[in-house]
Amino acid sequence: MFEKVLTKHINMPESRKIEYYEKHGGFQAWKKVLKNMEPDQVIAEVKESNLRGRGGAGFPAGMKWSFVPKTTEKPHYMLVNADESEPGTFKDRLLMDGIPHSVIEGAMIGSYAIRANTCYIYIRGEFVKEARILEQAIQEAYDKGYLGKNILGSGYDLDMYVHRGAGAYICGEETGLIESLEGKRGWPRIKPPFPAIEGVFRCPTIVNNVETLACVPYIIERGAEWFKSIGPESGPGPKLFCLSGHVKNPGVYELPMGIPLKELIYEYGGGILNDKKLKAVIPGGSSVPILTADEIDVNMDFDSLAKIGSMLGSAGVIVMDEDTDMVSALLNLIHFYRHESCGQCTPCREGTNWAEKLLKRIHSGEGTLKDVDLLEEVANNIGFRTICPLGDAAAMPIQSFLKKFRHEFEAKVKKNVA
Amino acid sequence: MKISFSESAMKEFQDILTRYPNKRAAMLPTLHLVQREFGWISREAMEYVGELLEVPFSEVYDTATFYTMFKLKPMGKYHLQVCHTLSCALRGAGHLCDHIREKLHIDNGEVTEDGKFSFVKVECLGSCGTAPVVQINDDYYEGLDTQKLDEVLDKLE
Repeated sequence: MFEKVLTKHINMPESRKIEYYEKHGGFQAWKKVLKNMEPDQVIAEVKESNLRGRGGAGFPAGMKWSFVPKTTEKPHYMLVNADESEPGTFKDRLLMDGIPHSVIEGAMIGSYAIRANTCYIYIRGEFVKEARILEQAIQEAYDKGYLGKNILGSGYDLDMYVHRGAGAYICGEETGLIESLEGKRGWPRIKPPFPAIEGVFRCPTIVNNVETLACVPYIIERGAEWFKSIGPESGPGPKLFCLSGHVKNPGVYELPMGIPLKELIYEYGGGILNDKKLKAVIPGGSSVPILTADEIDVNMDFDSLAKIGSMLGSAGVIVMDEDTDMVSALLNLIHFYRHESCGQCTPCREGTNWAEKLLKRIHSGEGTLKDVDLLEEVANNIGFRTICPLGDAAAMPIQSFLKKFRHEFEAKVKKNVA
Repeated sequence: MKISFSESAMKEFQDILTRYPNKRAAMLPTLHLVQREFGWISREAMEYVGELLEVPFSEVYDTATFYTMFKLKPMGKYHLQVCHTLSCALRGAGHLCDHIREKLHIDNGEVTEDGKFSFVKVECLGSCGTAPVVQINDDYYEGLDTQKLDEVLDKLE
């Protein structure tokens, strides 16, 4: 029987308060780390747990930390990516709102592991309430001596600040986030150098997602073996799945990694709204390739979804019923990517613009079959030709919608065929 | 017209500066502060931020115009931001937009004549599980339909 870990205390009264968190075992991991562990031991434990990043890319967190230089000639920085803005994703908000100290404790341990003395939580600007909750929680942690100078007599110093974004999807990309934190427009950087070597203020920097860091205190406390015992070996752990769209019970569900998608939709989600038939599912946030109703016998983990040509991404599951107009749905998404393209790379800036124009034409019934082909060609020339993955994120929906629902696009332009 | 922070805002600004190794990094928090103090970010305000942070006006402008939350013209006392990205669209965000247009007689990006309300369609607000959602100033209103939206709007003074 799976026991909830990350969200166990959410919705309990006082769950935001440090006293509540401490009463239920909070900050024990932090104390253990400061007292008994060297930074490299922390990295080794997280590496051993095989915790993979929860923001979308699934990169092993311990390995990422190990790229930071062991010396501290320059200051090191820990950045918490709380910019949650991938359409269909709303799990980090729940953690920050419901149990902010778990995020803070994870960030503390991560900072210690990479020898950082400063940590910024970069939170999307719209989350005003959550930013206030985090600021309050950080103040409580300072008051208890868990942050500041010479923490609990360990000789380790750490300061933590909340930094609010101001409305830009691109700032969820780690180098866009770094640029934004430096006070500039969020234009992603060319890699290498990777942030672990040269990140914010040209110093070694790690950017980790909120949920990723929230897992860390439990790994330290219960051990890597415990973490690995949940879900598939290649990417284990408890996982937050976000369910939205045409389901009866949308929301965030904490389940073992690898839960079958069908079970998530029909058991936890209660099935399709108004008992309609399922048409399609986007399994991992709006950027990942869409699945048809026939493809939902798949486990929700990194490898299983990759095997059928999609991705776990941010685990934002968007469900669409039989009446959904797929041209309209794709137009909605491409409007998003066109709006959020930062404008730096030509294929993305121009490509998303053209894709939206073509989709509008097809949607209005004024398009032709040539427009459908051209749309595909445009997508093929955006993906993997840009500095950051926003280009790929815009191309993948177009390519997968056209592959799996092409008949709906062609039906819209049929009258113009002759 | 030259503008400047009130005493308390200036104190807040000084505190912001202590969080970063250089002044430039205080750009976003300072612009947020400007918007809170003056309601929107004018050219004069950008020049002022440039002086405070010791960066050219052009760079303040470059940053301020990149982010959608920074208002570059005065908006309504209550700023309605309606999420219209996929999960909200599937659950009726379009009806909310139509309803606002009819009720308040303003289109996307406009302000009511009395300055009380403004309306913009925005991209995903990260609240898809309680779609459709509207953010009014700092607050989220979730799981709305036209009736619930009316109730919210009618309570605003």
